[in-house]
Amino acid sequence: MLSPCLCVSVVGFFCSATIRSIRGKLLFQSHLQFFPMIPFSLRSTTLLLLTTVVAALALASAQTAKPSSAADDIPAASQIQPNELAQAMKATGAQKPVILYVGPKAFYAQAHIPGSEFIGPVGKPEGMDKLRARAASLPKDGAVVIYCGCCPWDHCPNIRPAFAELKKAGFTKVRVLYMATGFGVDWKDKGLPVATGE
Amino acid sequence: MRSSIILLALGALAFGIYLGVHHASRRHADVMTSPALAAAPELSLTDLNGAALHTASYKDKVVLVNFWAAWCKPCAEEVPQFIALQKKYQDQGLRVIGFSVEDDAAELRDFYRKYQVNYPVVPSDLKIADAFGGVLGLPTTFVIGRDGRIHGKHNGATNFASLEREVVALLRTPQS
Repeated sequence: MLSPCLCVSVVGFFCSATIRSIRGKLLFQSHLQFFPMIPFSLRSTTLLLLTTVVAALALASAQTAKPSSAADDIPAASQIQPNELAQAMKATGAQKPVILYVGPKAFYAQAHIPGSEFIGPVGKPEGMDKLRARAASLPKDGAVVIYCGCCPWDHCPNIRPAFAELKKAGFTKVRVLYMATGFGVDWKDKGLPVATGE
Repeated sequence: MRSSIILLALGALAFGIYLGVHHASRRHADVMTSPALAAAPELSLTDLNGAALHTASYKDKVVLVNFWAAWCKPCAEEVPQFIALQKKYQDQGLRVIGFSVEDDAAELRDFYRKYQVNYPVVPSDLKIADAFGGVLGLPTTFVIGRDGRIHGKHNGATNFASLEREVVALLRTPQS
């Protein structure tokens, strides 16, 4: 919370200093001739205000955007968004991904992605064994999507070991469904298709 | 001096805009309030210690129902804060119930003892989740008012400042 404040203050200070330094210079005056009806002091304040507001909005936007792939151990290129997966599910043949659910049964039984296969929590040894067994029967160059959504993305205990295992096994088209909060909020509540039962 | 005041004012304005935009997006993700205020389900359960728990006996209380798991890191990190809320507002009528999802029984007991949880914890199942309209992600917390209705649902990591404000507001409502 402190760093955005500091950034905004620095931007504000920089703008203020720049305006002061070029105040009175011909170039700056000629630009401001576009707004001749506004007094000079008010013009510089307005310019400063606009710059600061834009900087604040940019910072807020950066804070609320999807987590940076640089700070994530699953690269952005290996993530798939819910709407994108919903579209991909309509494909036929080899284009259609195999979807593996690697989370707890309690959630799968309530609602899951239609056509997805239950593997179980890969964060536990039994789940990892099941994933290895299923992966053994899949082509390494086939499209595979893994998902969980049991917990917020940053703390899911299942997707990272599942992704690492499939990469280690040589899968070249494995992607992880990105759900920031969980399956309920990021899939079902968005009206995307679900199936129930085990 | 004048430019410093202007800078300070603009800084405050920018910070306000940042907070507003950031908070609005967070709020949408974290908290959803049911417009219809659905009635909380009445359940008869057995908690981790083998004690009977009838939610009907919580009439006129404000109840926080927390679906969590010891294996879910953000859930486990929240437990001490639920313990603190229970302790702080118990006399005013707050009750917390924890529903653990797919925890190993022994690990759950260890967790319960280690953190000295001061509210009942019940191993959850499909029936319980269905009774709350489905629970598809952890942590999930329902806020139930003295009127027995669900006033709020927090999905994902809980904003405890916001949750406490909701609890305090509901505790101020008169008992029936």
